Amino acid sequence: MTTATREPVDTPPKEPAPRRILSVIGPGNVSLVGALIVVVAVFSWLNSGYLTFDNVQVIGEAATVAGLLAVVQTVVIICGALDISVGSQTGVASVISAMAFMSTGHNPFLGMAAAIGVGIVAGVLNGLIIVYGRVNPVIATLAGLAAYKGVAQLISGGRAQGFVLGDDLFIFIARGRIAGIPVQVCILVLVAILVHVMLKYTDIGRNIYAIGGNDTAARLAGIKINKYLIAVYALSGIVAAVAGIVLTARTGSGQPTSGSEGLELQAITAAALGGCALKGGKGGVGGTLLAVLLLGALNNGLNVVGVNTFWQNVAQGALLVVAVIIQQRRSGERAVGLPT
Amino acid sequence: MTELTVAGISKRFAGVRALNDVTLEFPGGAVTALMGENGAGKSTLIKVMSGDYLPDEGEILFDGEPLRLHTPADARQAGIRVIPQEPEIVPHVSVAENVYIGALPRKGRALDRATLNKRIRADLERLGFERVISPDTLGSHLTPAQRQLVEILRALTTDAKVIAFDEPTSSLSEHEVEALFTLIRRLREDGLAVVYVSHRLQEIFQLADRIAVLRDGGLVGVRDAADTDENEIVRMMVGRDLSAMFARDHAATDKVVLQVEGVTSDDVRDITFDVRAGEVVALAGLVGAGRSELAGALVGDLPIRSGEVRVDGRRVRLRQPSDAVRAGMGYAPEERKAQALLLERSVRDNTSLVVLDRLRRLRFVKRAEERRLTREYVDRLNVRTPNIEHEVRKLSGGNQQKVVLARWLARKPKVLILDEPTRGIDVGAKAEIYHLIDDLARTGVAVLVISSELPEVLGLADRIIVMQNGHITGELDRADASEEAILGLAMAEDLTTSLSEGK
Repeated sequence: MTTATREPVDTPPKEPAPRRILSVIGPGNVSLVGALIVVVAVFSWLNSGYLTFDNVQVIGEAATVAGLLAVVQTVVIICGALDISVGSQTGVASVISAMAFMSTGHNPFLGMAAAIGVGIVAGVLNGLIIVYGRVNPVIATLAGLAAYKGVAQLISGGRAQGFVLGDDLFIFIARGRIAGIPVQVCILVLVAILVHVMLKYTDIGRNIYAIGGNDTAARLAGIKINKYLIAVYALSGIVAAVAGIVLTARTGSGQPTSGSEGLELQAITAAALGGCALKGGKGGVGGTLLAVLLLGALNNGLNVVGVNTFWQNVAQGALLVVAVIIQQRRSGERAVGLPT
Repeated sequence: MTELTVAGISKRFAGVRALNDVTLEFPGGAVTALMGENGAGKSTLIKVMSGDYLPDEGEILFDGEPLRLHTPADARQAGIRVIPQEPEIVPHVSVAENVYIGALPRKGRALDRATLNKRIRADLERLGFERVISPDTLGSHLTPAQRQLVEILRALTTDAKVIAFDEPTSSLSEHEVEALFTLIRRLREDGLAVVYVSHRLQEIFQLADRIAVLRDGGLVGVRDAADTDENEIVRMMVGRDLSAMFARDHAATDKVVLQVEGVTSDDVRDITFDVRAGEVVALAGLVGAGRSELAGALVGDLPIRSGEVRVDGRRVRLRQPSDAVRAGMGYAPEERKAQALLLERSVRDNTSLVVLDRLRRLRFVKRAEERRLTREYVDRLNVRTPNIEHEVRKLSGGNQQKVVLARWLARKPKVLILDEPTRGIDVGAKAEIYHLIDDLARTGVAVLVISSELPEVLGLADRIIVMQNGHITGELDRADASEEAILGLAMAEDLTTSLSEGK
């Protein structure tokens, strides 16, 4: 007859290989992988130095700070909120880590702890303003964007502070490697895994998705949404502080604004490209990380082939809009009135 | 005379058959009722006719001419209008502007108020609505019935030939329903083809000339309203008899579970009652009597100003809903889509939402246990879903309500508060939910049901508490309850004199 063999009845039919790969990546992320392949192909064709191990490491390191913020932005967006102040929080944390390091007689742990403490305070403050002041998250964190940047400039006098690259721990973060992979990238991967596990496997994550999906239903189901929102903003502050510490280590000193300005845009762009619905309840760390990689590859490629950096800003803004347009098209919502 | 015909319409969604070869005529000058359980395909058929969905097969004929409806605008152009349950009304402008919205008369770029006024008055007079609605009322001040009237006016002023009503009475008071029916009868006399979708059998028989019944996406049959009766229609809808819909045994015990003492909130005052284990107590009253607000206060959603709530004799401090959940109360709110369901999440996510704290080890959700629990309750409640990972928004209304109930049953509450548990649900699912409530009571749960449907209240409750204007006007035992007695109490304050004479 034919060459087809009959499967035993009680085992499910084996999925064809392409479909299995698809289900691992997730159907929403296929276009991201495709875009990444296109970007890499184009730039390696333009410049042979692009797809080398050294340059890939450069891409990874350059994407770390924005990547950390994108991962935590994913959590905030799944909650149905937004945190525009992450970049400024990173700046404050960077300055604090360097200044605390200097004033505690070069103790890196105290420096980092101080930075994370400040991150928690800034995040909780955001959360309190939103929850108890009933301020729209975009407005509240837009205010935070300005205010925290001002705080960083005030305490630093607007200049880079201290010098940390005499310390082993900071040097390790800046230049170290674990199994050949830069420590910075390891930090990003570690944070991403922790956040992913929290979102997908714990009741905390389930409740976060529930709050973003329908906050009324979540509240009536007994979820304390105020507590969750404040905690999520605190988490945002903590991860922003970690990003600030990485920034300090990379540049060797506390940076009030340079290196952290515009990070909120990158973080939100990556989360939106990665498939987070801006109205909440949808998205995941995997998509966000792919998008971070895509943005990093694109930025680096534009640098490698010598495109004006100002054009990179244009590209970034265009990408954010395109990402959201694609999302809206897919959601199949009625195209009526102001989009939410 | 106009006639709209759908011929051999089939429609599938992701492999699920929503409509299967439906052929049906909607003649002008007649009201054709569409009936069927939720998920039978009524809404899908309406959406095919309104251009929201493109059918996979079949065509729509208008006076014998095939129509290509690609968008709702095409359907409107052809004279087919659907009046939705909740019409879109601009709140801050007048009725006149709402009616002609999109085609306002103007001089240059400026609104031509004189022409607008003249036109709305002429149209209102022509259609006979000049006493029903004032053209100057603001959109935000309209009652639900008037909002529908505005939508109907929009249709009539643009030369509609076919008007479809999708469950128009679900948010209307009795008085408003009567007004709407008068209007629909006038539309019929004017030769329009009226399509009427509803779950309420009584309405259908008051209104319809022809009754078309759908089941599982296919047309079961069309009957002339004069030649059929409710039992036949119900049999056609579910394929079985529902005479035992309210088979309930009295299972109440003496153990008081929920005690409410002198509760006063912003909307209700001085509410005192209790519910015993195994008892089903119904809260009856007219819309706006404060029943849902009372439920909201009892589950910690709305603040309580004074008074006490006890569960199993222990006082519950209600600051937020989680306090009520922890005390053993479950609450299925009135608006299940807006207030209870995570529409874009799976049946599993929705079911396990309130038991996650019992399914976790070190905060990690035990997934196998979760799936087992979900399957158990999906089976027990007979939720019709392809699998437990199916998104809840793709289920029909009755099955969505079952998911909400499954969520609370999984928690094994001591008190269950159900606000309009069968609203917008077809007869078949209703009967299942009644049986479920009965089962629950038998296992010792104290059940408080809010319902506006008197047959349901009478069939289900062991005791009936009637409210008006935010407080309790009376309590009836199952034995002495009748529709008249409940309505008398529900309007007690309007009838105080006649009632005191009666006593």
